[in-house]
Amino acid sequence: MVSHTLEPVAAAAEAKVAAPPVAYRLARRTRKLIGLAVLLVGWQILASHGELGSQTPTPGEVAVAAWELIRSGVLQENIAVSVVRVAKGLAIGLTAGLGLGLLAGFSKLGEDIVDAPVQALRMLPAVALAPIFLIWFGLGDLSKVALISFAPMFPLYLNVLAGIRGVDDRLVESARSCGVGTWGLIRRVILPGALPQILVGLRQSLGVAWIVLVVAEQTATTSGLGVIINDAKEFLQIDVMFVVVVVYALLGLGTDALVRLLERRLLSWRRGYAGV
Amino acid sequence: MTNSVQVRRAGRHFKDHVVLKDVDLDIAPGEFVALIGQSGSGKSTLLRAIAGLDPEATGDYAKPDRHAIVFQEHRLLPWSRVWRNVTLGLTGTDLRQRALRALSEVGLTAHADAYPGTLSGGESQRVALARALVRTPGLLLLDEPFGALDALTRLKAQALVAQLWAEHQPAVLLVTHDVEEALLLADRVLLLADGHIAESYDVDLPRPRQIGHPRFVALRRQLLAGLGVAETEEEL
Repeated sequence: MVSHTLEPVAAAAEAKVAAPPVAYRLARRTRKLIGLAVLLVGWQILASHGELGSQTPTPGEVAVAAWELIRSGVLQENIAVSVVRVAKGLAIGLTAGLGLGLLAGFSKLGEDIVDAPVQALRMLPAVALAPIFLIWFGLGDLSKVALISFAPMFPLYLNVLAGIRGVDDRLVESARSCGVGTWGLIRRVILPGALPQILVGLRQSLGVAWIVLVVAEQTATTSGLGVIINDAKEFLQIDVMFVVVVVYALLGLGTDALVRLLERRLLSWRRGYAGV
Repeated sequence: MTNSVQVRRAGRHFKDHVVLKDVDLDIAPGEFVALIGQSGSGKSTLLRAIAGLDPEATGDYAKPDRHAIVFQEHRLLPWSRVWRNVTLGLTGTDLRQRALRALSEVGLTAHADAYPGTLSGGESQRVALARALVRTPGLLLLDEPFGALDALTRLKAQALVAQLWAEHQPAVLLVTHDVEEALLLADRVLLLADGHIAESYDVDLPRPRQIGHPRFVALRRQLLAGLGVAETEEEL
């Protein structure tokens, strides 16, 4: 009898281990949407009862406004413009952040020369720099791209440097004793060792890029998401302002998901604590 | 470069503290030498100096071109699969084949594509051994390679090392604080004390060695006395 009562338990435990990953991942994905759903429902209830002030639209009204903007093509066009700006800015900013981080990480001379100015520039708020960049780079796209490339440099730089400093020196030593040269050391030991931290930096940098986009598009623009929100402000189209806010949120979520995907791919070797 | 190891006037000090002073050491090709000494006696320091890992060590070091080290910790790259760890630093076209051959010698072919994080301590150390062997070293440096293993796993790992050494015949320098381990494996045991080689013991015992052999017991007593350890508590 004892073995009979034990068997189902053992079987259940096994089933839990061997549970089809597809079902499990579906369940996780659903769970991840719960938080967002609660937010939306709460917004709907509070707004429809006027608890968020008489001017705040409900998610439904925002959706209607969004549909109008999509039908006229305004939303897509301006999203495209903003996305291209962010992409250009990131291409420059991430390259610079990674490059400076590697330089400081690999050589003490590099760190001595690079670190102080980077730390000083890091403290400059993008909001304060926006008008200066307008003066330097003109009213066109360049000033926006420059601003967006500036801010995301720093989170990546800091994390690349910290990541490299966190690589176990004993691994470096044993790789050296295996005859690994400088380039091999960078490629096989230091970069992979720093990668978890570098990806944290990447996530922060992407977030910063979207925030700076908002700042950059507040003035002297004729296209982009910032224009929609400025025009809406002008004509008191509050529902349209909310559309843009939601779009910002979605774009941010999207880029973050992209890095998570990268993390899953590149850090599959990791056996860190994953939570219960 | 030679096939044997010749160390002359090896020295190393940390600030005012002299760890090694004029150490001379010879290892013949294929000879298995164990280096024992108390904690902090400079055993590992000497091994690292011979390996060329310590730029501040002084003296002359002649050693075979191809040498490999196994450390107390396995030091495998957690982000590289087992077979990629084995061939780390090697170049060539048939790397995977070479890794698989080395892994078969330590009985881990099945884990070639696993990540080191999924292996046990003993398995990881065997991979580290395969990583050393794949280089066909003329000199194998073992820095307390079994120190972190449990007693049973340690016995198996020692037997494996004895077998691999018999097959490949590299010169070996084994740093250990385990007197029995030294006597089980080595042709010669060197006692490091006060910064120099204080004593050298020839282990004239047939292989495979038996811990109960009277000569083994006698040698162990001598070594322990050399280390300044009373025998009474050992014998019980």
